[in-house]
Parts: sequence; C-alpha cells; structure tokens
Amino acid sequence: MKLIYTLIPLAPLLASIAAGLFGRQLGRVNSHRATIGGVGIAFLLSVYAFFVVIVGGAEPFNETLYTWMVSGNLHFEIGFLVDNLTVMMMLVVTFVSLMVHIYTIGYMQDDPGYQRFFSYISLFTFAMLMLVMSNNFLQLFFGWEAVGLVSYLLIGFWYKKETAVFANMKAFLVNRVGDFGFLLGIGAVVLYTNTLSYDEAFAQAPSLVGQTMTIFGGAEWSVMTVMCILLFIGAMGKSAQVPLHVWLPDSMEGPTPISALIHAATMVTAGIFMVARMSPMFELSTTALSFVLIIGAITAFFMGLIGIVQNDIKRVVAYSTLSQLGYMTVALGVSAYSAAVFHLMTHAFFKALLFLAAGSVIMGMHHEQDIRKMGGLKKYMPITYWTSLIGSLALIGFPFLSGFYSKDVIIEAVHASNIPGAGIAYWAVLLGVFVTAFYSFRLFFLVFHGEERFDQHTREHLHESPKVVTWPLMALAVPSVLIGALTVSAIPFGDFFKGVITVLPEHDTLAVVKDHFHGPISFGLHAVQTIPFWLAMAGVATAFVFYQVAPSIPATLDKNLGFLRRILDNKYGFDDFNQAFFAGGSVALGRSLWKVGDQTLIDGALVNGSAKSVGLFSQLARGAQTGFLYHYAFAMILGLLALMTVFFFFI
Amino acid sequence: MPILSLTIWLPILAGLAIIALSGSAAKYTALGVAVLTFLISLSLWFGFDTTTADMQFRESVAWLPAFDVNYALGVDGISMPLIVLTTLINIIVVISAWEVIKDRVGMYLGAFQIMTGLMVGVFSALDAILFYIFFEATLLPMFLIIGIWGGPKRVYATIKFFLYTFLGSVFMLVALIYLYRVGGSFSILGMHMLELGAREQFWIFLAFFAAFAVKIPMWPVHTWLPDAHVEAPTAGSAVLAAIMLKMGGYGFLRFSLPIVPDASGELGGFMIAISLVAVVYIGFVALAQQDMKKLIAYSSISHMGFVTLGTFIAFMLIGKGDIDGVALGIEGAMMQMVSHGFISAAMFLCVGVIYDRMHTREIADYGGVMNVMPKFGAFMVFFAMANAGLPGTSGFVGEFMVILASFRANFWLAFLGAMTLILGAAYTLWMVKRVLFGDVANDNVAALTDVTSREFWMLASLAFFVLLLGLWPDLLANVMHASVENLVQHISIAKY
Repeated sequence: MKLIYTLIPLAPLLASIAAGLFGRQLGRVNSHRATIGGVGIAFLLSVYAFFVVIVGGAEPFNETLYTWMVSGNLHFEIGFLVDNLTVMMMLVVTFVSLMVHIYTIGYMQDDPGYQRFFSYISLFTFAMLMLVMSNNFLQLFFGWEAVGLVSYLLIGFWYKKETAVFANMKAFLVNRVGDFGFLLGIGAVVLYTNTLSYDEAFAQAPSLVGQTMTIFGGAEWSVMTVMCILLFIGAMGKSAQVPLHVWLPDSMEGPTPISALIHAATMVTAGIFMVARMSPMFELSTTALSFVLIIGAITAFFMGLIGIVQNDIKRVVAYSTLSQLGYMTVALGVSAYSAAVFHLMTHAFFKALLFLAAGSVIMGMHHEQDIRKMGGLKKYMPITYWTSLIGSLALIGFPFLSGFYSKDVIIEAVHASNIPGAGIAYWAVLLGVFVTAFYSFRLFFLVFHGEERFDQHTREHLHESPKVVTWPLMALAVPSVLIGALTVSAIPFGDFFKGVITVLPEHDTLAVVKDHFHGPISFGLHAVQTIPFWLAMAGVATAFVFYQVAPSIPATLDKNLGFLRRILDNKYGFDDFNQAFFAGGSVALGRSLWKVGDQTLIDGALVNGSAKSVGLFSQLARGAQTGFLYHYAFAMILGLLALMTVFFFFI
Repeated sequence: MPILSLTIWLPILAGLAIIALSGSAAKYTALGVAVLTFLISLSLWFGFDTTTADMQFRESVAWLPAFDVNYALGVDGISMPLIVLTTLINIIVVISAWEVIKDRVGMYLGAFQIMTGLMVGVFSALDAILFYIFFEATLLPMFLIIGIWGGPKRVYATIKFFLYTFLGSVFMLVALIYLYRVGGSFSILGMHMLELGAREQFWIFLAFFAAFAVKIPMWPVHTWLPDAHVEAPTAGSAVLAAIMLKMGGYGFLRFSLPIVPDASGELGGFMIAISLVAVVYIGFVALAQQDMKKLIAYSSISHMGFVTLGTFIAFMLIGKGDIDGVALGIEGAMMQMVSHGFISAAMFLCVGVIYDRMHTREIADYGGVMNVMPKFGAFMVFFAMANAGLPGTSGFVGEFMVILASFRANFWLAFLGAMTLILGAAYTLWMVKRVLFGDVANDNVAALTDVTSREFWMLASLAFFVLLLGLWPDLLANVMHASVENLVQHISIAKY
C-alpha cells in the first residue's frame, strides 16, 4: 500500500512538472492530457484506498516515507497517515480537482497561459494531498504553505491585471499572519511533547492538561489552550475566519476554476480539516473551543450579510463561502468535528458546482461578472440554470439535498452545546440560514430570471457552454443532491470517524442530536416543522419579492438605510483599516527606522561622526606640527611638567 | 594529499596568473580553476567522516617556531560545508561575469579566485595567526572588486567597508595575542581548552564580538553592508552575501563560543536581543527600500539575525538543561548560513541579470518584467519564495529550527523571530510584485530579452541546491551532528 499511497500525490506532481517545464514542447493538448491523467490516477487510486480502508476496514496506514532531518532526539519526517478522515479528504480533493481540470479545458481554451494553468492546478492537487495525508506537523506545515504558494500563483495568474497581483500578495501575506500563529503552535507542540508526529503528540496531550506557561507578566496560561489557539490562528488564515478573512473575496481575481477548486472546495477547508485532525488536543481546552466557536459564529453571520450587497457574481459566492466556513468552524467549536467535516464534504461539492456554474455564466456573458447586467439567462443556458438551482438549494439547506443534512446537524449541535458562547453562536447560525437563502436566491433570480439587462451584441453570442464545461457541472450536481442523504447516518451520526476524532463525553453534542435522528428520510420530513427550514423559505421568498415582484423595495431600503448599506459596502472597514494601519503603518515605520535609525543615528552620528571626529582631531594634531623646533621643545617641557605633577600627587 | 592546501593555494596561485591574462584566455582559465577547485573540495565532502568531531584532513607545518605559529589546517562538520559552499559559489561567480565584465576581466576573475582561496583558508585555519591573516586578506580582493568595478559611490562604500571591518578585526588580533600570552600557543584548539576567568572572558568576548558582529553583520554595526552591496558589481555582492558574511557566523562558533563560553552565556541575552532587533527592525527597514540591492542587503542582515539568534539561544537552553534545543539552535544557525549562501547569491544574480540590461536598480524603473522575461520571472519568484522561507526550499530549514529552539527558551523570543514569516514575505513579495507583475511599465522594460542559456543554467543550478537542501536537509545536517554535539558539550561546562 505504501507504493500506492505514494503514487497518489506523486502522479499529479509529475504531471505538473511535465506541463510546467515542458509545456511548450508538449503543446496544449498533451499538457492537459498529462495533468488530467495524473489527477485521474490519483482519483482512481483514492477510490481504491476507499475500498481498502473504509469498505475493507483495513487498519489505518501510518508510516514514514523518508527522514527529512534529524536533530538531537527530534525526528523530522515525511510520512503518510491514511485513515477514514484522510480517505474522505482524498476522495473529495481528487474528485473536485478532476472535474475542475476537465472544466478548465473549456474555460481557459483561449488563454495563452494554458499549460501553465494546468501545471499549477496539478501542483495544487499534489500539495493538498500531501497536506491531508500527512502523519506529522512538519509535513502538514509543508502542505499548508505549498497550497498557499499555488494559491498565490493562481490568484495572480493574470499577472498583468493590477487587481490580481495585489490580491495574490494580499492573500499570501494574510495567510502568513495565520502561519505565524501556526508555526508558533508547532513550536509549542515540539516543546511540550518533543515530537512532531501526530500519534505521539496526541498520546501525550492528556498529560499536559493542568500544565501552565507564563506569557504575559505573571498570568499563567494553560498549555493546551495556548497551543490550540496558536494552531487555530493558522486555520483562521487558511480557512478565512474573521479577522483574517480579508484575502478570500479578493482572491476572486483569479480564474474561476481555481476559485472553485482552491477558494471554495479544498484549500480553504484545510483549516477545518486540521482542527478536526487535532481533535484529541482541542478537546482538552474548553477555552480554545469557545474561541473557535465565537470566531466561527462571527464569520458565519457577518460575512453572509456582506454577500447581500455584492454585485459581482463571484464575490457573492465568495462571501457565501466565508459564511459556510464559519458554519464549519462553529461545528468545530461545539466539538461536532464530524459534522464540520461532513459539511466540508457536502460544501465542497455544491460550492464547486456553484462556482463552476458562475464561471459558465461568465463565459456566456463574455467575461461580464456584474449580476445587474444579467437576467433571464435561463432560456439560453438550461444546463447551467438547472445545476445552479441544485447548487443553490443545496446551499440553503433544502430538505433532502446534501447541504440540508450537514447544515441542520451543525445547527442542532450548537443548540445542544453548553460551552461559553454557544448561545450567541446558535442565533448567528440560525439567522445565517435566512441570510444565506436570501443572497443565494437574490443572485439566482437576478442572473437567470427577469428581464434581460444586457445588450444585443451579448445576446447574439449567448449560448450554453461546451460539454467540457457542462459535464463537470452535472457530475458535481449528483453528489450535491445525494451525498448528504447517503452518508448522514455514517459520518456525523455513525462511527465513521471512530478512533480518528476524539470527543470527550461532556462535549459530545452530536450524541444529543443523534437521539432525535431516525434515518435520513424522517430527518428530512421532520425539517418542515423546524425553524431553519422556514427561515430558508422566508429568505427565498424575500429574494423573490425583492428582485422579481417589486424591485422598488430594495431600492427604497437602500435609500432609507444608507448607513447600513455603507457599512456592508465597506465590508465593516477591515480592508481600509488593514491598508492604512498594517500596510501603510509598516512601510512608514520601516521608512522612519531607516531614515532616523540607520541614516541619522547610526551612520550620521556614530559612523560618519567618528570619522569626522578623527578628522577634527587630526586637524588639531596637524596644527601642532609647525616644524619649529622651539615649539616642540616647549611642548616637551610642558609634557614633562604634567607627568611630574601626576607622579608627585597621585603615586 | 594535502587537500586543504590545494583548495587554498590552487585558486590563489592560479588567480595571480589569471590577473596577467586577458579576454577569453582569462575566462576559460578561471572557469577551469574554479571547477577544479570545486572538484578538489568535493573530496572533503565525500571523504568526510561524519561520526567524529575531531578535525579532519589535518595539515601542520611549523611556520614561526619562536612564537609557536604553525601553518595548521583542518576541518570539522562546522567548517567543511562552508568550504564546499565557497568553491561552488566561485564557479557561479565566474559564469556570472562571463559576458558582463568587459573591463580588465583577467584582474576581475583573478581577484575572485584569490578571494576564494583566502576564504577557504579562513574556514580551515587551525592556527589563530593563520586565521587572522586569511581573515584580513579577504578584505583586499573585495576592496579592489568594489573599488574598481563598483558603482558611482564606490569610494565611500569601499572605505566604509574596509575601515569598519578592519577596525573590528584589530580588536580580535589583540585578543588572540592575549590568548597566546596566557596559553603560549596560537593553536585554536588549544585556546578552546584555556581556563579563563570571568573578567578575561568578558573582554575577549567583546574583542571577538567587534570582529564578527561587524562581519556578519549585526545591528547596529550593519550600515556598511547596504552601501557595499549597492556599489559592488553583481558577483561581488553575491560573494559578499553568500560567503563573507558567514565568516562572522563561523567566527562566533569557532572562537567566541568555545574559547569564552561563560562570557558568551553572560552576554547571551544581549546577543539575542540585538539578533531580534536585526530580524524585526531590519525587516521593517527592508520594507521601505526602493533600491533592489539595498532591499536584498537588508534582507541578508535580517536573515543573519537568525544565525546569531540560533547560536546564542544555546546559552538560555543550557540554563534550562535542554541539550536537544541547543543542538537544534546551533544546527539551525548553520543551516541558515549555508542556505542563505545559495539564496542571497541567487537574489543578487537575479538583480544582476536585469541590471545588466537596464542599468538601474531602482524598483520604480521596473514593472511587468514577467511579460517579456517569463523564464527570469519564474526564477525570481522561486528565489523570492525561498528568501521568504517557504517550506520545501532551504530558506525554511534554518529559520524553522531556530524558531523551534527559541520557543523552547521563551515564547516571546519565538514570537519576535517568527515575525520574519510576515516581514520577509512582505518585503520580498512586494518587490516581486513591483518588478515583475503588472503591465509593461515603460519602453526599456518592453525591450528586455529573457535570460540567456548562460544565465539560465547559472540560476538553475542555484535553484537545484535550494530545493535539494529544502527537501532533504539531512544531507547537510548529518555532516554537522558530531561537531555540534561536541561543541554543545564543550560550552555547557563552565570554565571557572
């Protein structure tokens, strides 16, 4: 199995190298064949791993591939841990990646950077697989930064575009802030457990409960709390949680396929995956869990609100992603790790679908992304229309669709939780349901229904996208509908993650929810009696009224609630603040340290100052060298007198 | 066969001969000498016994018996990697000058060969006087390289460079003579064993500090470096950053730590503090730079902060009895030195590639270079990422180890050190954005041509080593273990 598991990430890597370094020689067709082949192999082998590990029930595979470095007693290794969680992530990553690869043939067909793009997305697949398959913190960090690198390269794929190259730098730097915390978290793990491997660190974690460390002055902090919060800061960067969320909306400057793959389905969920993987540690600190919960709740609700006022089709979906990531984080906070991972999976399918559908619309509209300039696309793009409808319904949690199961479980779990912050979080995720339904169907109605708000030229060229685009849409629509109902009994409510995810009995909110669970069908039927369902329906209805029946209402609201609108338009001011304070402040600080510290004080006063004083001294000395013998003799006598004085009086 | 002597004297003697040559004769001879020197030094790598901390490939000839000065050479796991790095960078340097230097090319390449031999001498000398002579002698070729082939303000830069470093090393000479008076020998290994009192150690530490802190350079005696880099020709900058700075880091490990461990420990807090100032303060300063070479120069100072941080964190960890952490910090410092050798050389060569075409180093004069030089752009993004410490490149390894070691000493030290994750990425990627990305900025950029095959292979070979050490650092770490372990044991025992 070691060979097979090694091949899974290696196949996309080799394909990526081929397309990246020899893209010109290979040509466009061979490049996409190579990379699709590589990812295809990874997908098929992941399916095989699924049968071996999950169906066959094989023991988790946990082996070292090679030793990266040894220092003292600390072993830095590269190795794989393949258990149920890993296999699930591998399947999601390779499947969505494969769909995106195929879709890209259509989406990027006219782009001069065709081969480069395929090379990058294959490289991404490799990095993401290394991240999820890791059995230690070192490789996790490798994958973590590598997906960040590819994200940087892909957001700035169109490097001529000023907004794109600003966005990619912003994404990398904001992620680096998260990684800063993450690296310190790894430092804490190494200090207190003296190992980098998961199983050894997890085994030692319980013995650290009660240990404290000093950070500020005399205050003692629980080691577990510090460790978990530091690690979670990494997750906040990668999974775009407030206040490190600012990079994700801007990342939409990249081509749409990668928005689907990286900035919706896989990379941004790495933080969620990581916390779920570290459940044996997070469980030991209720403080850290509360912190996770509150950050998630803020993200889930407030980022959803911004989605309401966006007019760029991709940005609406992006804010929706932020909000859904918030839901997952909330689930982590209430120890419903398997519910978080469950939502991660369903979300990967329907959000990738929504992004790819948005991309299909953008292609149809000749790269117009403003939904105010769309409308009535239903009759031109039927497949895109129907798949978008499925994706939107899944997103808002319509009964029996995948998103319904995963979101409802999270809401119920928060309801059942009693850790600090759960009360507020419950309201946030509940109201979030209305917000989600509203912005999703605002988008849906504005794009596909109502009057056509585009010009004649666009209309003439408007048609459904080619098959390489529509097929992945249909392929993603299937799991968007079914995957929830098929797996809900096993993943959040079964023992799918037994031995992988640890939940302490006092945190076990899912056990409470499970008491009311009697199979996926009754769960779906029961939904009509619950608040979230009616909130979602209300959201859809409101969107229908606002954007189909009486468009004057939103216009009036805009006028009367201008200040609310401005807050949302400014995205609560995060961007302005960061730009002014962190970006501007750092450069200003750097400039003043340079001008004042280096140039004026060190160089001016010390270096050139001492050079000047040497000069001054030599000037004086030169003055003494008159060449007249009697001057020298006089000086000698004076010196002799001075020396004699010293001798007489002091010795 | 006296391999070390060959590695030292072949380039020095050949370099003297190359000065007399001109044109392609000089170039091909220099290339041949550089390759041959590298191949000879490779036998150090492959013949090295990693199980022992003893000096290997030793040579010793009495030189001035009256003062017990010997021509004594030898290497251990701390010095050997630096020697191979030196001879390797030397090849790259010759290639980098190939079509670029038109004025007195024989003298130019000859000076680099001589300098290579002298630097190998610095890393292999086991006699303090021999070390001192090599240490000072390296100033001369560099002085000439900057002074003759440098930029418009080269006179100011060379004098500043020379006085700064010369002043520092004079104090070291005084310390070495004092140690001779105490122990009756100039043998460096003998000095390690001297029993010195607290006051003596304090003053000797300061004398060494004056020499090595200037060389590496540490804040606040760093201001000669940006000036020297800006005025130096490309290859001069590459050697200065890649090798000469390491003489400072090496000096701390070879002299300060083992000879005056107690003073090093006592002043360790101060050393850690100014190392962190280098990481953070200089990181911010780098952010404000508008000249590419100045930016990379400040970035070098900031990265060297990790070398001194990793070295001196040792004493805090010894205090805690954390021997694993000590080794982690010191090996991290050494990793950082070697890695920085490749990355800083590559960064300066990258700047050189576009400087040769545009004759400006101002970031504002560039923009959209990626459009016209895609291959170059790919290299520059790669090395920028390595400079920002991306895992998988060598730039990550040393910083990671030093941050882990710092965390074991104190949370806040790791916190400040890890700031480089953000600052390093910020100044490097911001430069990359302004130089490479966006639309073609002006006609001069539009007229640029992509890398020639000479430049391609020069950068590709550096990229290879950056990746190799990033993916498999054990290759290098394995060489160091025995010597570092020995050093750690030595410094954890007080001398008085």
